[in-house]
Amino acid sequence: MLELKNVSYSVSDDSGTADILKDVSLTIEDRKFIVITGPNGGGKTSLAKAVMGIVPLTSGQILLDGEDITGLNVTERARRGIAFGFQQPPRFKGLKVRDLLTVAAGRSLSHDEACAYLTKVGLCARDYLDRDVDTSLSGGEVKRIEIATVLARRTKLMIFDEPEAGIDLWSFARLTDTFREIHDSKQATIIIISHQERIIRLADEILLIAGGRLQDRGSVDEIYPKIMTQTLTGCNLLEVD
Amino acid sequence: MLNEIQQRILREVADMVNMPSGAVNIRSDGQKLFRQNTENIEIVSKTDRDGIDIRIKPFTKAESVHIPVVLTESGFKDRVYNDFFVGEGADVTIVAGCGIHNCGGCGDSQHEGVHTFYVGKNAKVRYIEKHYGEGDGLGKRILNPETVLYLEEGASVTLETSQIRGVDDTKRYTRAELKGENSEITITEKLLTHGDQKAVSEMDVFLDGAGSRTQVISRSVAQDNSSQIFYPRVTGNCDCFGHVQCDAIIMGRAKVRAIPEITCNHVDASLIHEAAIGKIAGEQILKLMTLGLSYEEAEQRILDGFLR
Repeated sequence: MLELKNVSYSVSDDSGTADILKDVSLTIEDRKFIVITGPNGGGKTSLAKAVMGIVPLTSGQILLDGEDITGLNVTERARRGIAFGFQQPPRFKGLKVRDLLTVAAGRSLSHDEACAYLTKVGLCARDYLDRDVDTSLSGGEVKRIEIATVLARRTKLMIFDEPEAGIDLWSFARLTDTFREIHDSKQATIIIISHQERIIRLADEILLIAGGRLQDRGSVDEIYPKIMTQTLTGCNLLEVD
Repeated sequence: MLNEIQQRILREVADMVNMPSGAVNIRSDGQKLFRQNTENIEIVSKTDRDGIDIRIKPFTKAESVHIPVVLTESGFKDRVYNDFFVGEGADVTIVAGCGIHNCGGCGDSQHEGVHTFYVGKNAKVRYIEKHYGEGDGLGKRILNPETVLYLEEGASVTLETSQIRGVDDTKRYTRAELKGENSEITITEKLLTHGDQKAVSEMDVFLDGAGSRTQVISRSVAQDNSSQIFYPRVTGNCDCFGHVQCDAIIMGRAKVRAIPEITCNHVDASLIHEAAIGKIAGEQILKLMTLGLSYEEAEQRILDGFLR
């Protein structure tokens, strides 16, 4: 179980202080499929990064299965079972797709195992395993490899920051199937930041984050109509990609 | 025959665990330690100066030459001239390399190897050279290699050099003259300096034969207080293609200069250069940390991949 207690995150520069997350408290039960949605700049990515330890909390606490992980760094949280898929993953000169999957899995993978992870994101292993994760790959390819590394970690909590961004429609369909399979097999808790209806409709619960606060949460049937109504009336709580 | 230090250095510079099956010449502290010829490859000591001639018969296929050099005496300085005559249509792998174990003394240990290659028509050569230094002696470990290559028509050379840690001072010069039509050379240089080490690598590639091609790839890491200078120069004198790519990762208080130079003296010469120097991107480290590596492990993984 993941618990956030009064989580706040602020950044300061010469022009002043901006409160990115404001006293967010929430609990996510194990093996749930959660979609976080909301407007740009509302704090979704910061919230996800706070869970991974990428941004430091100004105040508050984060607990994973009852353990206070607030003071742990990224590596320690990763080793406790949190995986994170970046919205804009970095590229590496000299690291191959196979290398990243191996690091992610924490052991050497057989060809079939590595192949299986790539297939789940719509890539053909034969074409990709020995390619460098560098600028020779398109944005969509790098993004799908990023998602494959998260899958290869086989952790109990998987966080994906806008996994659909930059991915073509055909690959996106494969990806939603993969998320559905993970959820159906009850392997992990999945938290996805997304604006895509097809992903939102897979969720057990939707969290609406705006203005640095948890504005609402509930089932798809409860929340989605509200979002659409507010969008239609000009209050763009949900932007359309 | 070989002592423990010699065996370890041979493993480092030439991946030699057992004696290879091809031609072999091992030089240790200025002396011939071991030599083995094959039916197609003959190694002969020079009579006018220090060094050897390596003669590879035409159409020799899938054979190898290992000519490692080991320095274990503190204060020993060595300069050798090794000439390779690669016959028409031959296809060989040549493994050179020098390891210095400078221990106990305070004198500088230095090796200067001048390797000259005459690569015959349609011959194919893969040349691998590793430099390695170890030991706690106060003297410097200095390696100054010079590699000169002449390529005839259709000849193809792959030059892979690496110097990862341990060598205090190095001045490398590589010169390739692609006189023959459709000859090609790929030069890959990998370097890691640390401490107060200094490395300078200069290169001249002359594309003289129509249809000749070159690719020069330099990957380097400069750590601590070390400094590196790269000066690869490619000159196109005909219808030819050349690509120079220098990539360096800089760390600590290190300094790196990269000065790629391309000169086109012919309207159909097509030359490109790219150079990039920068520290490891924080987002790369962060990504690997989210995969469970510590900061230090992530950094090492990135460097290992970069220099692979």
